[in-house]
Amino acid sequence: MWKIIVRRVLVMIPQLFVLSLIVFIMAKQMPGDPFTGLITPETDPNRIEELRQLSGFYDPWYVQYYNWMTNAFQGDFGQSYTYKVAVSNLIGERAFNTFWLAFVSTILVYVIAIPLGVLAGRYQERIMDKTIVLYSFISYAIPTFVLGLIFLFVFGYQLQWFPTSGTVSIHAERGTFEYVWSKFHHLLLPAITYAVLGTTGIIQYLRTEIIDAKMQDYVKTARSKGIPMNKVYSRHIFRNSLLPIAAFLGFTITGLLGGSIFIETIFGFPGMGQLFVSSIGSRDYSVITALVLLYGFLALLGGLLSDIIMSIVDPRIRID
Amino acid sequence: MNKLLSVKQLRISFRIRDTFYAAVDNVSLSLHKNEILAIVGESGCGKSTLATSIVGLHHTNHTKVEGEILYRQQNLVQFSENQFNKLRGNTIGFIFQDPLSALNPLMRIGEQIAEGMIYHARLNKTERADRVLQLLEQVGIPDPPRVVRQFPHQLSGGMRQRVMIAIALANKPEIIIADEPTTALDVTIQAQILDLLKELQAETQTGIILITHDLGVVAEVADRVAVMYAGQVVEEAPVEILFGSPKHPYTRSLLKSIPQANEKQGKLEVIHGIVPSLMKLPREGCRFAPRIPWIDDSAHEKEPVLHEVEPGHFVRCTCWRHFDFQEEVQLT
Repeated sequence: MWKIIVRRVLVMIPQLFVLSLIVFIMAKQMPGDPFTGLITPETDPNRIEELRQLSGFYDPWYVQYYNWMTNAFQGDFGQSYTYKVAVSNLIGERAFNTFWLAFVSTILVYVIAIPLGVLAGRYQERIMDKTIVLYSFISYAIPTFVLGLIFLFVFGYQLQWFPTSGTVSIHAERGTFEYVWSKFHHLLLPAITYAVLGTTGIIQYLRTEIIDAKMQDYVKTARSKGIPMNKVYSRHIFRNSLLPIAAFLGFTITGLLGGSIFIETIFGFPGMGQLFVSSIGSRDYSVITALVLLYGFLALLGGLLSDIIMSIVDPRIRID
Repeated sequence: MNKLLSVKQLRISFRIRDTFYAAVDNVSLSLHKNEILAIVGESGCGKSTLATSIVGLHHTNHTKVEGEILYRQQNLVQFSENQFNKLRGNTIGFIFQDPLSALNPLMRIGEQIAEGMIYHARLNKTERADRVLQLLEQVGIPDPPRVVRQFPHQLSGGMRQRVMIAIALANKPEIIIADEPTTALDVTIQAQILDLLKELQAETQTGIILITHDLGVVAEVADRVAVMYAGQVVEEAPVEILFGSPKHPYTRSLLKSIPQANEKQGKLEVIHGIVPSLMKLPREGCRFAPRIPWIDDSAHEKEPVLHEVEPGHFVRCTCWRHFDFQEEVQLT
C-alpha cells in the first residue's frame, strides 16, 4: 500500500518538472515583464531598465528558471500586475473559498448521485429508473448559468433563503460561530446548483455498473448462499459498481478546485475560476503562470488520489 | 431409498418476444440420499436451466416454471424469494462453473465463506471463524489461516473451486447442486476436485446433482445418470448400465464420439446436425429424429415417453430398437 503511494509520488516529480518547464517557457514567450504593471506616466524609463537589470531579466533562461522555481518552492510567485499584491496571497484567499465550495459540492454530488444511480440500476427499465434517467438528462442539458440564475432568483431574491453574493456576511466577525455559519450559508446555493447539474455522469456510470454487476456470477453465488436481495446489493453489487466511481473521485475533486467561472460569476463568489479568467483578461502574467502551474499540479494530484483510492477499494491493484 | 428431491413434469420456458418457449420440457427426476445424480447433455439442452431453477436462481421476469419440484413435502415451484432464501445455502448448496467469476473479487475468502452462515447458522463471530477454518481444512486447502485473509485473485483455479465447495458445504446441506464444477479447470485439477466431491459426499451422505457435459466426469463419480437432449430426459439409468448397454441413439452417439486414447483413430466420431434452437425445436414426435434421418419414421413414437426397459433404466421413444449407426450421412 505505502509502496504504491511512494512510487506514485516519485513518478510525480519528473512530471512536475516538465510541467513547470513548459509553463515557464510559455510565460517567457508572452510580451511584457514584471514591471509592466508598475509603469505609470511618471515612471522614468531608465529606472525601469535599472529594475530589469536588478531583477535578472537579462539572465540566461535557465538561471531565470532556477530563480523562479526556488521562489515558487517558497511560495513566492511574484506580484500580481493588476492587484499589486503577492500572487500567493491573491490565490491563497481565492483557493480557500474555492476549496470549501468544491468540498461541499463534491459531497452533495455524491449524496445525490449515488442513491439515484443505485436505484436506477436496481429498478432498471421501471418507472423509478426512467424518472431518474430523465432527471439526469435534463440536468445535463441545462446550462449552468440558466439554473444558477433561476436558483438565485427563486431562493435568493424571492424566498430569501440564501444570500445572493459574496462568501461571508459583512457583519460576521472572524473566528465566531456566526462567521463560519455565514461562510457555509453563502456557499450552499452555488454548491447546490453545481451538485444538481454535476450528477449526470456519476448517475449514468453507476446505473450501468449496477446493471452490469447484477448479472455477474458472484451475485448468483451470493444469492445461492441465501442472502436476502438487499444485502446482496449492499455487500456485493454496490461495492463492485463503485470501482469506476472511485477512480473518478480524485479527478472530480481537483476539477472542482479549478473553480467554475459560471457559478462564481453568477453568485458573486470570489474563487479561482473568476480569478483565472479575469487575470487572462487583464494579462496578469504572474497570476496566470502561477495558476497554470497550480492546475497542473492539481491534475497530477487528482491522478495520485484516484490511484490511492483505487488501491484501497480494489485488492487486485494492490501490490504486495 | 430415501428420496431427497423429486422433480415432476417440470417445464421451464423462456420468454422470447412475448412467446414462451420451453427449454426444459416434462422433466421428471428424483435424487436420493447419498447419491450422485449426473445430468449430461450438450450445450443448450437445458441442464443448467434445470439446475438453477430448482433453487429459484433463474430470472423471474423472463422465465416461467411449471410442474412440481418436491422437497420436504413442499413444492418449490411456488416458493417466494424469501422462502428460497431459507433453503439456499442452508439445506441446498450450489457450486458454479467458473470459480473466478463466481467469487466476489473484492471480498476476502473467509468472509465469503462465513457470509452464508450469518443467515442460516446460529453461530457467533468466533464460532463462524472456526467453522470457516474447519471447512477450508475439509476441502483440502493448505494453511487455512492465511487463505481466509486472501482475495480470490490470489488463489489458483483449483483452490478457488475448493473455496466454492467450502461455501456450498458451509451449513451442511442435504443437497448440493454442482453446475459444471470442473469445466473451467485443467484436467489434473479436475480429477482432484472430483475426488474431493466424492469423498465429501461419502462423508456427509449428501445428495449431489452434478450437471456436466463431460462423460468422463460422469463415469468417474456418478451413481445414476440422466441424459438430456433438447430439454427432455432421453435416457436415465444407473451409471454401469448406461455405459454398459446404452439404448437411446443419442446416448450411443455421445458415447461413440468420445475419442479413445488407446486406439488410433483417423476421424473423430460426431453426431450429425446440430441441437435445434429453442424457437425451432420440434414440439411433437421424437426430438432426436431429425439427426438420425436414416431411421424410418415408423420407428419413432408419436408422443415419445420414457419406457422402463429394465429395472431403473428408462429410455424415451422406441427408435432405439431400430437404431444403427450409419457411415457418412449427408444431412440436408
